[in-house]
Amino acid sequence: MKTIYLDNNATTMVAPEVVEAMLPYLREYYGNPSSMHTFGGQVARKITDARQKIASLLGADLDEIIITSCGTESDNTAIMSALANNPGKNHIVTSRVEHPAVKVLCEHLAQKGYRVTFVPVDSEGRLDMDAYEASLTPDTAVASIMWANNETGVIFPVEKAAHLAREKGILFHTDAVQAIGKIPVSMKENTIDMLSLSGHKLHAPKGIGVLYVRRGTGFSPFLIGGHQEKGRRGGTENVPGIIALGKACELAVANMEKENTYVRELRDRLETGLCEAISQCKVNGTRDERLPNTTNISFEFIEGESILLLMDQFGICASSGSACTSGSLQPSHVLRAMGVPYTMAHGSIRFSLSVYNTPEDVDIVIRELPPIIEKLRVLSPYWATSQGACATA
Amino acid sequence: MWEYTDKVKEHFLNPKNVGEIDNPDAVAEVGSIACGDALKLTMKLDENKRIVDAKFKTFGCASAIASASALTELVKGKTIEEAEKITNQEIADYLGGLPPEKMHCSVLGQEALEKAIENYRGVSHKKPEEVIVCACFGVTDGEIERAIRQNHLTSVEEVTNYTKAGGGCGNCHDKIQAIIDRVYETKERQAQPVERPKLSNLQKIRMIEETIEREIRPSLKHDGGDIELVDVVGNRVLVAMRGACATCQASQVTMKGFVQGKLQEFVAPEIIVEEVAS
Repeated sequence: MKTIYLDNNATTMVAPEVVEAMLPYLREYYGNPSSMHTFGGQVARKITDARQKIASLLGADLDEIIITSCGTESDNTAIMSALANNPGKNHIVTSRVEHPAVKVLCEHLAQKGYRVTFVPVDSEGRLDMDAYEASLTPDTAVASIMWANNETGVIFPVEKAAHLAREKGILFHTDAVQAIGKIPVSMKENTIDMLSLSGHKLHAPKGIGVLYVRRGTGFSPFLIGGHQEKGRRGGTENVPGIIALGKACELAVANMEKENTYVRELRDRLETGLCEAISQCKVNGTRDERLPNTTNISFEFIEGESILLLMDQFGICASSGSACTSGSLQPSHVLRAMGVPYTMAHGSIRFSLSVYNTPEDVDIVIRELPPIIEKLRVLSPYWATSQGACATA
Repeated sequence: MWEYTDKVKEHFLNPKNVGEIDNPDAVAEVGSIACGDALKLTMKLDENKRIVDAKFKTFGCASAIASASALTELVKGKTIEEAEKITNQEIADYLGGLPPEKMHCSVLGQEALEKAIENYRGVSHKKPEEVIVCACFGVTDGEIERAIRQNHLTSVEEVTNYTKAGGGCGNCHDKIQAIIDRVYETKERQAQPVERPKLSNLQKIRMIEETIEREIRPSLKHDGGDIELVDVVGNRVLVAMRGACATCQASQVTMKGFVQGKLQEFVAPEIIVEEVAS
């Protein structure tokens, strides 16, 4: 059975070119880039090449790129560094829909005595910019707002948010894990102080991430040890991972247009096709400001895990915001923050595409999903046979 | 990904006895959409009080559907007295076991059966002295105690797996632990003091007002209801429901779960919401 992989916001396939690029660094070039001998030292030059490619994707400079192990490490490092560099300031601003890498850290810091403002979103998943601006106070050490939401794909105006923070002398960090590689980003043209990205969301392998730190921004390392990353992140370099990420960033630059044309068309075809074929469903998140690859659709009166497992029978891979799949007993905090009713939140499915998807993938889902929804609705005590039209927001 | 047995998968993919019996002799509805799973059980009995047919409808995950399917298979052909003895463990065993986090699905099945039998006999379900411990999922002390006794549960986590109690805001964990302790007659656990910046009364009331305005009222208005803050006494927040909420039978649980959850999230975890008639 062919795997139809529509879960690219969870993780992506490592691009074949990326695998090829990293293999020599798992086989023959295993030297330590810090070594004095040529065998190891030559690897350091390759790391610089890779770093340059990463910087190019971000429109940043070489020394603004700190390599980490993952998005979570980058997010944690950024926020902890901002707090360390602003002693006496006791307030953190973030949003209610952040990834756990930021959300749970902020909740943890709240337990430790920090005051945290979780800025709300509206029913379309858009950040309440008035509430955001009002939350910035002289006591605020850092504002951390994601660039694009992983569940709905809704894009936040982080460049504007960064500008507002800068005006008040507040450090601004963005978790851009879902945005990088999907929408163009140029750090030369904004005032964002720190930005996190994760390799495995853009066709590099797992275990590699980046923290961008704007030149001149005060920084305190999270991992203290060797002189790697100019002393800003100790630990021997993950050489194959860095080489892989460099290649993946190069591909992302090349694929940026395709991401915003081909992938967007596939996503729209999927969204429209499903909403036409299935009654009483709703797209979660605004259509205007959204990643080109993501659609989050709620199917009323049924539960997401059941949908996922029935789709699994056809090799279709997606995600759900239902309680049973969230690892807790409550549905997705993102959908709850948007005020999506429970009848809808439990039955939400996220499809996230990539350049490796084909029109056939999409057509198989449009063909196989409607009978699955029908089957589960027949089982549901809440399903009334009324055939409402699909309300697309 | 959950590790489901082949039997769970079989009953999920091809559930038995789906539907509703016309003119049933026994009917029960348990759970709710808010809780993430719900089950409607209908049964037909013959003159010897033997269950000749049982059908179900389920909103929920694979194990909820499989548990309901298993339940209907288990009860068919049994007398009321025989069916009454079925435990949630038997439902789980019939399916070759359930993941620990999914045991509440089998408990839901047993609750439906219990309620359906009570419905058949014409007696009321909940004993009036039971109080809700977990406001998020509307679980009573009696339900928690029965689950502890029947399944020999010894930790809050296990209670959550079996009853969902404590799986939301987590504010009732101490109360659940107290019930466990009471059941096993062990010493009361020392409550861990939680460090948290103190709010002045004025700050607290302001935050409560803000949270009601921003987080609570819009949702209630959407359903034709409204809420009024009457008073704040320590951590007790006294509110009055208006509009559709005031006459809604479900408002007691919904209101506590929703309003209290929001206030605990945004103001302080110690907040208790009480509805007053003013």
